[in-house]
Amino acid sequence: MRPFLYSRATSLEQAMSEAAQSHAAIMAGGTTLVDLMRGDLTGAEHVIDIGHLPGLAKVELDGPVLRFGALARMADVAELPFLKQNYPALVESLQLAASQQIRNAATLGGNLLQRTRCVYFRDGVSDCNKRVPGSGCTALDGEDREMALFGASDRCVATYPGDWGTALAAFDTSIEISSAAGTKTVKFADFHVAYGDDPARESILQPGEIVTAILVQATPAGRHSTYVKVRDRQSYAYAVTSAAVALELDGDRVTAARVSLGGVASKPWRAPAAEAALVGQVLNQAVALEAGRAAFADAKALRHNGFKIDLGARTVARAAMVAKGKH
Amino acid sequence: MTSITLTVNGEPITATIPPRLHLADFLRDHLGLTGTHLGCEHGVCGACTVRLDGAIVRGCLVLAVQADCCTVETIEGLSDSGEVADLQHAFAARNALQCGYCTPGMVMTAQDFLLHAPADASRAAIREHLSGNYCRCTGYEAIVDAVETTLNARRTS
Repeated sequence: MRPFLYSRATSLEQAMSEAAQSHAAIMAGGTTLVDLMRGDLTGAEHVIDIGHLPGLAKVELDGPVLRFGALARMADVAELPFLKQNYPALVESLQLAASQQIRNAATLGGNLLQRTRCVYFRDGVSDCNKRVPGSGCTALDGEDREMALFGASDRCVATYPGDWGTALAAFDTSIEISSAAGTKTVKFADFHVAYGDDPARESILQPGEIVTAILVQATPAGRHSTYVKVRDRQSYAYAVTSAAVALELDGDRVTAARVSLGGVASKPWRAPAAEAALVGQVLNQAVALEAGRAAFADAKALRHNGFKIDLGARTVARAAMVAKGKH
Repeated sequence: MTSITLTVNGEPITATIPPRLHLADFLRDHLGLTGTHLGCEHGVCGACTVRLDGAIVRGCLVLAVQADCCTVETIEGLSDSGEVADLQHAFAARNALQCGYCTPGMVMTAQDFLLHAPADASRAAIREHLSGNYCRCTGYEAIVDAVETTLNARRTS
């Protein structure tokens, strides 16, 4: 790892000020940043450790908003009884991610900002527009089984790896961003940048800006929600396909639905066509599968990832049926 | 260079270290606590598992400077205190190790499971908790057996 300057922030103001400098990187749990720095993938020369800042790890119901402090640890949040009861999709997305050792250290804010697991980005040597803009995309002629069906382009076909972000996309979520200019909130759908649009960027965060909270509008759909993750092995792997579904039901009839997809897109990906296919219907296996198919109607397959269209559709279908069965 | 003060296995430690040194290297190279192993150094294999403020973490994904003012416990600490003596005996009795490289991390994670699991925890729950620790020798069955044996023994003791 290249040498760097380290400072432990004692206030958010200090962290925001230091983070505005060039080649600065914010560190919370460090589980993703340390690995990226070891691979020489960040260009960071100054690491600002905000992991010990007080007051940013609370999870609370603030009126109609579920407020997750950005420094809340994945493992802690996954154990909150209120959340297990009322928002199982969010809890499951955390439980099914990483390993206990990583969940104990990793934070909710840092989780959103993890970078793609694309092997050509991570290997540090292949042509990669994300790592070296303009150098090309090796995956286009390479091993593309893991690559995206949505939000890709001939410049980048990598997938966003996060589970928590995928689950958040199934809710009305905003991100609170703080900087010296003040605090603002942005819609979650606008927070990440589709890699295909701009491979070198991951999110709209600018230097000096820090994610301080994740805000989820409280909804009765939370109770009928789930996150289904399909992996190459049963535990401790990234999603091949995943789906989060949150439903409002009148008996067996769906009155409102949110569906999001993971493992198949360059950012947390909402599937409005699947939602439309569910709303108004009496939910059964056939309707669920039709919604799954609708979710992937616009998928653009590469050479080796076309299997994810059918697998993804069935992942959505399973999630819809599981969500229906929750109470 | 950065100065840190922390507690390792109950002993206060002060050291001056480069920020890029990760916790597992600090434990091994600066403190001589070589029970914490390094396998992948990518946060994948779990050989470097240690406790930081009571929670298990990847020693290779935590910078030593992050542990400033914190409490660290390693396999040496858990062994010397006797906290995992029964688990270690169960590992030996069931041949739950062959080359032994993963064993310190495996014992750290297994003990974490035993501390937090309900008394009626399933084998599936054991496997899930250990899934972040790789073993290339045993095929895992013996390890899960050893953890299950210890779980049952502690429940009845």
